[in-house]
Parts: sequence; C-alpha cells; structure tokens
Amino acid sequence: MSLFMIIITAALVNNVVLSQFLGICSFVGVSNKIKTSFSLGMAVIFVITIASAVANLLYTLILEPFGLDYLQTIVFILVIAALVQLVEMFLKKTSPALYQALGIFLPLITTNCAVLGVALNNVTDGYNFIESVINGFGTAVGYTIAIVLLAGIRESMVDNDVPGPVQGAPLVLFAAALMGMAFFGFSTLTLG
Amino acid sequence: MNKNVERLYNGIVKENPTFILMLGMCPTLAVTTSATNAIGMGLSTMVVLIISNFVISLFRKLIPDEVRLPAYIVIVASFVTVVQLIMQAYFVEINKSLGVYIPLIVVNCIILGRAEAYASKNDPVPSIFDGLGMGLGFTLGLFLLGAFRELLGAGTVFGIQIAPSFYEPIAVLVKAPGAFLVLGCIIMVMNAWGISTRANKMVEEGCASCAGCGTPGTENCDKKEEVKA
Repeated sequence: MSLFMIIITAALVNNVVLSQFLGICSFVGVSNKIKTSFSLGMAVIFVITIASAVANLLYTLILEPFGLDYLQTIVFILVIAALVQLVEMFLKKTSPALYQALGIFLPLITTNCAVLGVALNNVTDGYNFIESVINGFGTAVGYTIAIVLLAGIRESMVDNDVPGPVQGAPLVLFAAALMGMAFFGFSTLTLG
Repeated sequence: MNKNVERLYNGIVKENPTFILMLGMCPTLAVTTSATNAIGMGLSTMVVLIISNFVISLFRKLIPDEVRLPAYIVIVASFVTVVQLIMQAYFVEINKSLGVYIPLIVVNCIILGRAEAYASKNDPVPSIFDGLGMGLGFTLGLFLLGAFRELLGAGTVFGIQIAPSFYEPIAVLVKAPGAFLVLGCIIMVMNAWGISTRANKMVEEGCASCAGCGTPGTENCDKKEEVKA
C-alpha cells in the first residue's frame, strides 16, 4: 500500500473517531469551540506521530527480537505516558508559545485511547517504521478533521431553540451521528 | 443494607457506568454492534476490573501517592494482557471481532476511575464487590445497547432471528453512525425522565473523562463523584 493511500485510509476511510470510536471522550468533551478543538487536534497530531514512531522502534528493536511481543500493551501505555510528560517538559523549556497553545491538552492525551489504539493497530497491520509514522499522522489528522467539524457544527447550533431533553449531550451525539453517516460514504471509496 | 450488596446495587443501578456515569464511552459505542460482542466486552472488562480493584486495594498502603497512577496502569495493563491471552486461546471468534478493543481496556476510564475513587481507599473485599457491581452494570449496559442495536439493525439477537420476516432491518443502526444515534436517543429519554446523567455535564464543561480520569492536574469528574459518595 502506498504511503498516500495509508494517509487517506487513516484520515478519512477509517476515521479514528467516527468509525473506530477512539478518543470519543475528548471528541464530545472538548468540541465547544473551533479554536480549542483545533489546538487539541494539533496536540494530538504531535503526540500520536511521535508515539507511533517510538512504539514502532520499541517493538521492532526490543520486543520482537526477544520474543516479548505479548508485553506490548504494558510497554506501549507506559511509554506513551512517559513520552507525553517528556514532550510537555521539552515544550515548556524550548517553546513557551507552543506550550501555551498545546500544553493544557497534553495531560489529557496520556490516556486518550486513540494514541494507544494507533500504536497497537500499527503492530497488527504489520507496518514498518515509515508506514507507522504516516499511519499515526493520518489518524491524528482524521481526529482533527472530525473534532474541528463537530466544533463548527456545535458553534452554529448554540443559539438554536431545541427541545429540552435533546439539549446537551443528545444534540452533540446526533450531530456526530450525521457526520458519521457522511464519513461512512468514504468506506465505499476504492483506492488505487 | 449490607455494604457488599450496597456496592453491587450502586454499580448496577445507582451509578451504572454506561447509563449514568457515561464512562468507557469508546468500547460502549464500538462493540455494541451485536449482543454477543457486547457481552464479551462487558465480561472481559469485568474480570479485569474485579482483579485490578482487588490487587490495588491490597497494595494501597504500599504504593506511594506520587506514583500511584503509573502503578495502577501497570497493574491494570498486566491483567488486561492476561485476559487478552486467555481470549486468544479460548475465545478465538469473539477475540477476533473485538480486536483492538480488548487491549484498550487499559485506558477504559471505568477501571482507573474505580481504582482512584474506590479501591485505593477501601478494603479488598468491598473493592471486589465494587468491581463486580460496576462490571455487571457495564455488562448489562453494553448488553442492552448491543441487543437493541442488533434487534433493530439486523433483526437478530445473539445471531438468532427474532424480528418477524416482514421487518426490514434499519441497517444503519449496526453501522458506526448508529452507535451515536442510539446513545443520543438513550440520553434524550433519560433527560426527559429527569434521570441525571454525567453526559450533559461532560459535554458542557469539557470534562474529557476518558482522558482526564485520574490524571493529576486536570479537572476530573471522579472527584465530584467522590464528594457525592
């Protein structure tokens, strides 16, 4: 599979939120405003891309040669947690502006299922290093597209007069369902 | 009421993780395409939850407060790996259809949430019952959602034809968008009945429960839950 196809598949066809349901909590929780959700999306792109690279290196260089691949869940979750801490410290020191923009989201991402999910999927799909990074990046771009679109829909629904019981969570979930149906159209896409 | 029975009641009814606390949304939406998947996921989560609650409660006085979350994650991840290996060996079919969601039990906020809110403060035996109650509540919630979606979306429950032959299944309900649709409808009905769920709070206040639960430095919903309990 070409790298371009991996990116399209990861971002649109198998959208991480709308068809794999990973990272749902931040998807419905942090999508009030386009601006915040875009920053969260950027932070997710940053972390998932690095995490995919590190997880792949660990898997191919340490876990696989020593026959320890059954430890992947434990190793990946710890590495991701440590990695997020490191990224946070690194950003704080080197780029205060970037830290201002992404910093508050970094702790949220530690246990975001999408990060671990991508790392595990990369192993299951047998991707090499480059493919893992590209797949991670594409997945995170898909997450950003979905959360920014949902935030846009929610921003324009703010003043709408909806019946009481539908207000709040149901309205957001219905919007997500309609988005999901639109994205479902990508699943019939044949590439290559 | 006996404390252990109270824990069971709390998990299954009063603080049902699926319908009231809205924890573990990712598996809730992802695996409820059929009743079988839902039960498989619910039971595997329950097993991990009971054992990890027990072990965390057992070691609660030994684990230093500053590193408790990494310690909990290691404990949970170990038992998830055990469950995953057992599934691979004995439940091949269901393991294949649950796929990546089995290892993802590690980041299911029910487990870390209960560790943080209950097991780290209580004795092992009530912790087991807390895990059992929450696990049963989660399994029940997943089963109801799964059976509902499978019945309306495919006309079957556990793969057995239930709906009459003239019924045209609403296929979208067993596809991805149907998950959002069904959950939205359930919360809508609960809102209409005046049952308060955490869902609206989560959407309004931006409490990213899955991500934030138990993570220090973030507003987390479990704190509020503790105050209530």
